[in-house]
Amino acid sequence: MKVKGAIIAAAAVMAVSAAANAATLDDVKAKGFVQCGVSTGLAGFAFTDANGVWDGFDVTFCRATAAAIFGDANAIKFTPTTGKTRFTALASGEVDILYRNTTWTLSRDVDLGFTFTGVNYYDGQGFMVRKSLGVKSAKELDGATVCIQTGTTTELNLADFFRANGMSYEPVPIETNAEAQQKYLSNACDVYTTDASGLAATRATFEKPGEHALLPEIISKEPLGPLVRQGDDQWADISAWVLNALIIAEEKGVTKANVAKLAADGSADPEVNRLLGKEGSYGEMLGLPADWAVHAISAGGNYGEIFERNVGESTAIGLARGLNQLWSKGGILYAPPFR
Amino acid sequence: MATISSTGDTNFRIGMLIYDTRYRSYTIQIIALIIFMLAAAWLVNNVIENLAALGKTFSFGFLNDTASYDINQRLIDYSSTSSHARAAVVGILNTLLVAILGCITATVVGVVAGVLRLSNNWLIARLMTIYVEGFRNIPVLVWILITVAVINETLPAPNQFRGADPDASPLLGGMLVLTNRGFYIPAPVMGDMSMAVVIVFLLSVGVMIGFRRWAKKRQEATGEILPLLPISLGILFLPTLLVFFLLGMPITLEYPELKGFNFRGGVFMRDSLIGLWLALSLYTGAFTAEIVRAGILAVSKGQSEAAFALGLRPGRTMNLVILPQALRVIVPPLISQYLNLTKNSSLAIAVGYMDATGTLGGISLNQTGKEFECLMLLMAFYLIVSLSISAVMNWYNERVKLRER
Repeated sequence: MKVKGAIIAAAAVMAVSAAANAATLDDVKAKGFVQCGVSTGLAGFAFTDANGVWDGFDVTFCRATAAAIFGDANAIKFTPTTGKTRFTALASGEVDILYRNTTWTLSRDVDLGFTFTGVNYYDGQGFMVRKSLGVKSAKELDGATVCIQTGTTTELNLADFFRANGMSYEPVPIETNAEAQQKYLSNACDVYTTDASGLAATRATFEKPGEHALLPEIISKEPLGPLVRQGDDQWADISAWVLNALIIAEEKGVTKANVAKLAADGSADPEVNRLLGKEGSYGEMLGLPADWAVHAISAGGNYGEIFERNVGESTAIGLARGLNQLWSKGGILYAPPFR
Repeated sequence: MATISSTGDTNFRIGMLIYDTRYRSYTIQIIALIIFMLAAAWLVNNVIENLAALGKTFSFGFLNDTASYDINQRLIDYSSTSSHARAAVVGILNTLLVAILGCITATVVGVVAGVLRLSNNWLIARLMTIYVEGFRNIPVLVWILITVAVINETLPAPNQFRGADPDASPLLGGMLVLTNRGFYIPAPVMGDMSMAVVIVFLLSVGVMIGFRRWAKKRQEATGEILPLLPISLGILFLPTLLVFFLLGMPITLEYPELKGFNFRGGVFMRDSLIGLWLALSLYTGAFTAEIVRAGILAVSKGQSEAAFALGLRPGRTMNLVILPQALRVIVPPLISQYLNLTKNSSLAIAVGYMDATGTLGGISLNQTGKEFECLMLLMAFYLIVSLSISAVMNWYNERVKLRER
């Protein structure tokens, strides 16, 4: 019995190691799909629709990555991960890439052995309270009961914020967004804190969103972006440049609607031609087909389109572009040149 | 005359290792041991190789690093500037707290339900059947979630206690405040001379135990039964109360008061602790009830008939004749129920109770990325606790088991 258990455990460890070592692109091509780690369910960012199909902001970036590799935005499988399980899932090779509202920090980049390949959403930690409490500022939250998701930078920021302001609080650690929502709505917490985008997304799903307010303080920088395992530069480059391509596409006015026409007819702008594989051999450098960016853009449009469709002001979540506007329009979204 | 030697002086052949019953078991055991050790070595080697492949080192140094997260329920001093090791200890104490509370309550609930299930009263017996079958046939995680959800959703929030005409008010004249975030009870505040009261109380406990021993000896010698309960209670409380009032009530109670967002002061028992404690106790209590029932039924009917024939009342028959004998059957399976309860307490994170799995195996693991080290420590902790419970219960079992003379 003991021996049998040990062998099974050993086999499990072996299976894990095989996935972690080989070149990820080759593995992905061999299995025919990208395995993408996403949130367990966060309105606007990653959720399953009525037909059980994954959709959302993060999900669309995953799909664009799959489209760049296979020319097919559906050559992808999703693994829902919690704040706690996401890093283990990536480190063990269970997922190839993680698009899960994950904050880029030094220790995660260096010590956990991951590579962050860009930022697809610049966020910051905020607070949501009931309007009936009459709280106008986070500085008034002394003694409050605060719901937080465990295993996130959120709880570290929160500890820092309350310590820096000499206030006490009662943390209620929660595993997933859905549970936190239930706790907050039943008034078991005064405050729910997470990234401001997540708060807006969560509030949009409430029965009466108008009764809840986001406090003005943003207490942290939360650059959320995709990450991959450290040590596979080719895979990291692909993930980084899919994101960059979508940002450049917005900058250059390449949209889901006109990308096919531009790719066929060419454009007066040489950078657009390079982006769409008409000039140069940039796809080859990445180990992808020449028209990879065309497929990536066709999957869900450019960055701006993805933003507007999933979380933008026309949606229930209603996030303004803010920092996530292009650098040329007052935001800090800036992709290196495509050449 | 030719004799056949049956002693071991025949030539040893290699085949005898398998075909000779004298050696076969050794052969099998040695082969099994070699396979086991190879597998273990392979496993360890794998871990080392894979950690290296992932670029991870194996060290427990992270335990001294600052944890930087807060924990709500702290039995010892802890803040976000404490180390991961201290966070782990906070979690371990929380696990032990809920495990001890749970084991005590589960035993009480189990014994009562087990005895009542054998009751001649049809209604009581059936009610206990419903309790036992309901609780042991639904997963404990579901019970934990249900209990906490019921507390969260049905009890009033702290701000409903506010205002001139509040929706909710404290019970028992402010002694007990039930909110959906947990329960508050008054905390004792020790003033000057309060130690005297405590010492008198401890002395009373000693005197009471002495008195009960003496009363038992007297009963064995003379057969007279003293009214034990009133006298014991008198010894226990009267001197303490006398000293308490003579010294001008040095121990006062701090009542919970609504300040800001929450009640402050008093002892705060969080919703997660209460939910977990209740659910674990009731769940394990259902199993314990069956064990108790089995133990009682295992005592032959002749024992109770003999006791009745001697004129003992049913209560005394149960306490003096049946339960002492039933304990011999009850204790061994009870050990595994205690172990189960302790291990089930690791489901605490589902309701946000920061036990060892929540701190060491949860946030610390996640923030440091030291999965292997954290889980090894966690396994070692649960192993030690389980073995300790086993050791204590085995010692108790030795005490109650039948002395063969």
